[in-house]
Amino acid sequence: MGFPHQSHSRETTVLSKYFGDADARTLAGWKKRGGYKALEKALDMQPADIVNVVKESGLRGRGGAGFPTGLKWSFMKPGDGKPHYLCCNADESEPGTFKDRELMRWTPHALVEGCAIAAYAIGAETAYIYIRGEFTEPLYWMEKAVKEAYDARIIGKNAMGSGKRIDVYVHKGAGAYICGEETALMESLEGRRGNPRIKPPFPAVSGVFGMPTTINNVETLIAAAPILLNGADWYKKMSLSNPKSTGTKLYSVCGNIQRPGTYEVVMGFPFKEFLYDLCGGPLHGRKFKAVIPGGASVPIQNMEEAEATLMDYEGFVAQGSMLGSGGVIVIDDAQPMVTVIARIARFFAHESCAQCTQCREGTAWTTKILERIRDGEGTMEDLDTLLDIAEQMTGKTICVLSDSCAVPVVSGIKKFRGEFEALIQGRRFHPVTAAVA
Amino acid sequence: MTAELVGGLEPPDYASHDRAAREQYDPVFTGDVKRELDELLTRYPTKMAALLPALWIVQRVRGWVSDQGMAEVAGQLDLTPAYVKGVVTFYTMYHQHPVGKYFIQVCTTSPCGICGAEDVVKAFLRHTNTGELGITSPEGRFTVIEVECLGACGFATPVMINEEFIESVTPDKVPDLLARLT
Repeated sequence: MGFPHQSHSRETTVLSKYFGDADARTLAGWKKRGGYKALEKALDMQPADIVNVVKESGLRGRGGAGFPTGLKWSFMKPGDGKPHYLCCNADESEPGTFKDRELMRWTPHALVEGCAIAAYAIGAETAYIYIRGEFTEPLYWMEKAVKEAYDARIIGKNAMGSGKRIDVYVHKGAGAYICGEETALMESLEGRRGNPRIKPPFPAVSGVFGMPTTINNVETLIAAAPILLNGADWYKKMSLSNPKSTGTKLYSVCGNIQRPGTYEVVMGFPFKEFLYDLCGGPLHGRKFKAVIPGGASVPIQNMEEAEATLMDYEGFVAQGSMLGSGGVIVIDDAQPMVTVIARIARFFAHESCAQCTQCREGTAWTTKILERIRDGEGTMEDLDTLLDIAEQMTGKTICVLSDSCAVPVVSGIKKFRGEFEALIQGRRFHPVTAAVA
Repeated sequence: MTAELVGGLEPPDYASHDRAAREQYDPVFTGDVKRELDELLTRYPTKMAALLPALWIVQRVRGWVSDQGMAEVAGQLDLTPAYVKGVVTFYTMYHQHPVGKYFIQVCTTSPCGICGAEDVVKAFLRHTNTGELGITSPEGRFTVIEVECLGACGFATPVMINEEFIESVTPDKVPDLLARLT
């Protein structure tokens, strides 16, 4: 809802309706707003029916990969005699992304409810919410909400009197971007270094503690409740584009823009209107130059691409990027692109778990070369070297952190080569003289 | 050959190492804290899974995670101290050395970087008298570091001072932020 700004009339607020509403954080306040009705309804349904409704709704993973949620849930085979687990990925650390933070600190009970519904649907008695350690405020509210839900017997050994056991635990991470990768998250939850695992086996076969596990993003789990209450058709209709992308999506907008914040629009919303109208357009006297629409690890868009984009999974791909996590980073003409990209590469170099050679070496050398170019000490060969390293870093490692570092470098050089060459040839980047009052 | 001639390196003070090793270590996991750990253990099917939470407890009580702290956690969870150290060194939030009373983390990743985070870092370094990243100020009050994405990019620049998360910090707000710390 444009938080921390006023909600815009073109937004469709389903998940973000209560951002900024302190009363919605408490159990009483949440119930007053229709909270836990979806869970009550779910506990009266057969797990397979819940999975079918979610499948039918077209809900896809909101963490970045966009995998169909109902299909993921259907991989879990209830009654196989093994304990099942649900993991909620709240390790939100993709640069530019802060939507889950708002969801957890304003509507913590929505996540407890979403976890309980999903746990019941996949036959799990235990759900772990893995929250990054830096999120002290979301951690506080989530722990409080979980305790309130236990005290009210909404979760626990007899959840809402259904006879079903659903435990929800908050687990605090300790500072590692890579733990947002699903297998690394499970390693970390088990008390190990957060090194991603080789897949297969996939989590639904052998996940956390070696047991069948489903892992979902915060926003995905929270979306399950309104889908159950209002039906799959209601959710499917919230799309301006195509049947493959349905519902609403939260976008966290940051960088050089008038109104940074968290917005919720339906799938297929025009990106141009989103940036210039909802988010207020560029800062005074400046122009947008580039957008990274889905967190730091998706390809950079130039404005031509961005303005032609319809905001859904397919729409971003059609315009040279990806929806990713919905973390929109807006870069204006006062920012040197090489500096921006070098800083992204430094991030990945810092966060590489260093298991795979291509990633450990690739992220480090990419950073060194980019910073050399940034400081005016690069050569034209450096550009070829960067592209060569990027190719070696793509598709060759256990997880996609390595690819994620290569992506902004390749798209950056492709779309903003002139800025790289200018620095190499000794012409300094001249930011526009911004007439900021 | 005197010590100065060896590349100017001081010979290691083995005596102080011995002292540190012999120093009395008060266990963290006693009384209420032990009960807290016992409750945590009921949440997971393995003892090892309580490792990250247990280390958080040590850091909360002691301010950092020492080798002896790691050994104690290892004992509690039937792990080896070497294993625990391996895990501790993976994660950035566990302090393996004592830090200033106020540990200040300024986000400088790209989204904050393009909104002027570098100037916020400079302001903190100047006003805390630390002068350099990672250095604790002489009276032991402040340590300032740059941190990778704090996940509040729309509120550039977010800063963490110990457990407190502060949004939208600009260089001019830094003196006031520091002034209210005791």
